[in-house]
Amino acid sequence: MGLTNKSTGSKVISNDIDFLKFDKNSKVIALAGNPNVGKSTVFNELTGMNQHTGNWPGKTVTSARGEYTFNNKNFTLVDIPGTYSLMSNSPEEEIARDFICFCNPDTTIVVMDATCMERNLNLVLQVLEVTSNVVVCVNLLDEAKKKKINIDLNKLSCKLGVPVIGTSARNRVGLKELQQAIYDVSIHNSVDNSFKIKYDENIENAINRIVEKIKDKLDDKINPRFVSIKLLDLDDSMHKSLTEYLGFDILDNDLDKEINLIKKDLEKVGIKSHLLRDKIVTEIVRNSEKIYNECVNIENKKYNSRDRKIDKILTSKTTGIPIMIILFAFVFWLTIVGANYPSELLSNMFSYIETKLLILFNLINAPNWLTGVLVLGMYKTVTWVIAVMLPPMAIFFPLFTLLEDSGFLPRIAFNLDKFFKKANAHGKQALTMIMGIGCNACGVVGCRIIDSPRERLIAILTNNFVPCNGRYPTLISIITMFLSSAIIGGFMGSIISTLLLTALILLGVIITLFVSKLLSKTILKGIPSSFALELPPYRKPQIGKVLVRSIFDRTLFVLGRAIAVAAPAGIIIWLMANINISGSSLLSYCTNFLDPFGKIIGLDGVIIMAFILGFPANEIVIPIIIMSYMATGNIMELNNLSALRELLINNGWTITTAICMMLFCLFHFPCGTTCLTIKKETGSFKWTLISFLLPTIIGIILCFIVSMISKIFILI
Amino acid sequence: MDSDVITLDKLPIGQIGYVESLLSKGSERRRMLDLGVVNNTKIEALYRSPVGDPTAYFIRGAVIALRNDDAKKINVSYRGKF
Repeated sequence: MGLTNKSTGSKVISNDIDFLKFDKNSKVIALAGNPNVGKSTVFNELTGMNQHTGNWPGKTVTSARGEYTFNNKNFTLVDIPGTYSLMSNSPEEEIARDFICFCNPDTTIVVMDATCMERNLNLVLQVLEVTSNVVVCVNLLDEAKKKKINIDLNKLSCKLGVPVIGTSARNRVGLKELQQAIYDVSIHNSVDNSFKIKYDENIENAINRIVEKIKDKLDDKINPRFVSIKLLDLDDSMHKSLTEYLGFDILDNDLDKEINLIKKDLEKVGIKSHLLRDKIVTEIVRNSEKIYNECVNIENKKYNSRDRKIDKILTSKTTGIPIMIILFAFVFWLTIVGANYPSELLSNMFSYIETKLLILFNLINAPNWLTGVLVLGMYKTVTWVIAVMLPPMAIFFPLFTLLEDSGFLPRIAFNLDKFFKKANAHGKQALTMIMGIGCNACGVVGCRIIDSPRERLIAILTNNFVPCNGRYPTLISIITMFLSSAIIGGFMGSIISTLLLTALILLGVIITLFVSKLLSKTILKGIPSSFALELPPYRKPQIGKVLVRSIFDRTLFVLGRAIAVAAPAGIIIWLMANINISGSSLLSYCTNFLDPFGKIIGLDGVIIMAFILGFPANEIVIPIIIMSYMATGNIMELNNLSALRELLINNGWTITTAICMMLFCLFHFPCGTTCLTIKKETGSFKWTLISFLLPTIIGIILCFIVSMISKIFILI
Repeated sequence: MDSDVITLDKLPIGQIGYVESLLSKGSERRRMLDLGVVNNTKIEALYRSPVGDPTAYFIRGAVIALRNDDAKKINVSYRGKF
């Protein structure tokens, strides 16, 4: 699925390292496997903290590398992208194929899901076609035991002719044995009679004829049999990689003629060229099936009946979509209610430290401007961002990771796919949208899971239409002040706030679909491409690991990024509020200038200016508004929402202003980090500009409509 | 009982069909082959999404959701309700 911590977490925006340079004294180990088999867990458990991440040369595919030592020998583990096969044309599969084929890893580990052995065996057999130095790691053995799936690992090892190690990586079971097997294969090259697929006699003859032609040219660098099979059914991607790694084009005139001859001979016996790939794949699948039937015994034929039952409830006509909405509303409710108290605690602590800092600056006789810039500008803004952002994130991200780990998210994509199909978009866009609810920059990076370029662009351009964590605090406080608490307080109030927030997010989803459709009808014309979505088995998430991973990988990362932009923003805001030209601050000049425009769309100059200054981080929008209204030189916090409400009403806010403010918060330009990420992902200034303008224009139009309607109402 | 050849999207929920032929081409066909959808592969229709499309199928030990437009491109033989 690609919804791993790698695609959403801290590892995304790290520096690119030279991925294919290895220490000569270290054994290079490739880690391959289908998606969703626990490959990252195996990787993490083997390498611990010694990891580097980077992009593959020339590709926007992130991957990780890690080191470990076993028996005094150094090993470099390369996590190659999760793929179903080595035959397709997605960038991930090209990388996986090229690394295993051409980079000569000392050992290739293929991680298998013990509960889905048959499909997983396809990849094992394909890897065995390339190299014999393979260790098969049958992971998730504990899950298989629970489902009473018995796997005869010894028999499987005999059949495949390579070591097969059973693991349950998340419980650290079997890892020593795995390391031993890797050690043996890499040091002694102990594998010599691994399983090779036997094709139809005619195809075998064809392969052998090509092997004879090319084996001298390859001088042991690459397995000639594998290259021959590929040459028989050559696609551009493979041809390009072959030429690149060999340094010359192997398909010279001579060979081209020979291959055409061979193909003609094959046609004579009824094997048409365009069906060659079918024949080859069918042979691999049949072999997998055979090995599977010999080595795996399912005691309980209804082993997945529990999953089916859950699926029936989560995807049924009557309960599917309501359950999904209620579950998300519950997550938001927990976030809203749970974040209140720690937020207050943090902000009290920070303001206590602030008074001490002011005393300290006073003691050392710091000039006023320095105190202003550092304490009232930078410190105050940064601590505000932390106090407002940290608690909801520390609650939301672990809950989100729980949903992700349990296997629930793909079901959401399943339920919503038809809507995306109608919008000519990709079903997995639902997943990137959900990631966007955590953080839009993460959502944009997550769009890599969509392999068709057109649909990936649509997903990137529309990701900002779902509000991220940085925007909830604004939305929630306005909902509380003007809509829910104004009517009912306490517990019911929090429920109403939750429902309203959920409704706002649904509005965001509807606009996402609408804009996706609009894009596919205009600048991104096209029909939806086919896709297959795997619905993996439900797994009990490991609470402890979820906490650690979501706090370190996501919460701290997003927070760190917010602080990095909030600090300079704080300085600029303070300067704007304190540099006076003929009696008025620079800030008030700007807000006065924007005021007429703001009024037209139901807002005012202060609010628009706050969104502009909030470009680095949306969290600081509300504090800038407070600061401007109170005409103080510093960012202000009002612990009491009713005091804030009064301030806003005194400055001309009405229920219309509140609604327009929420709409504009939902639909305006993406934050600075997201814009940078979009630039990086699309590699185009044009698309970044479009992603900036699109939501802004929609926001302005919606606000204008709302303010018009309310004006007409009042006139009547 | 005689078996009929139908397209996969017509396979009733809870029923099993065996792949007769793939009608798709190019990358779509490759994607199906990757999932192990070759001739004679057993496919069980599990359930449809709340709005009728896509449909989840049980294919070689994995649950895979296919859009009806894609399922139309797979012919399966189906022996009728048991």
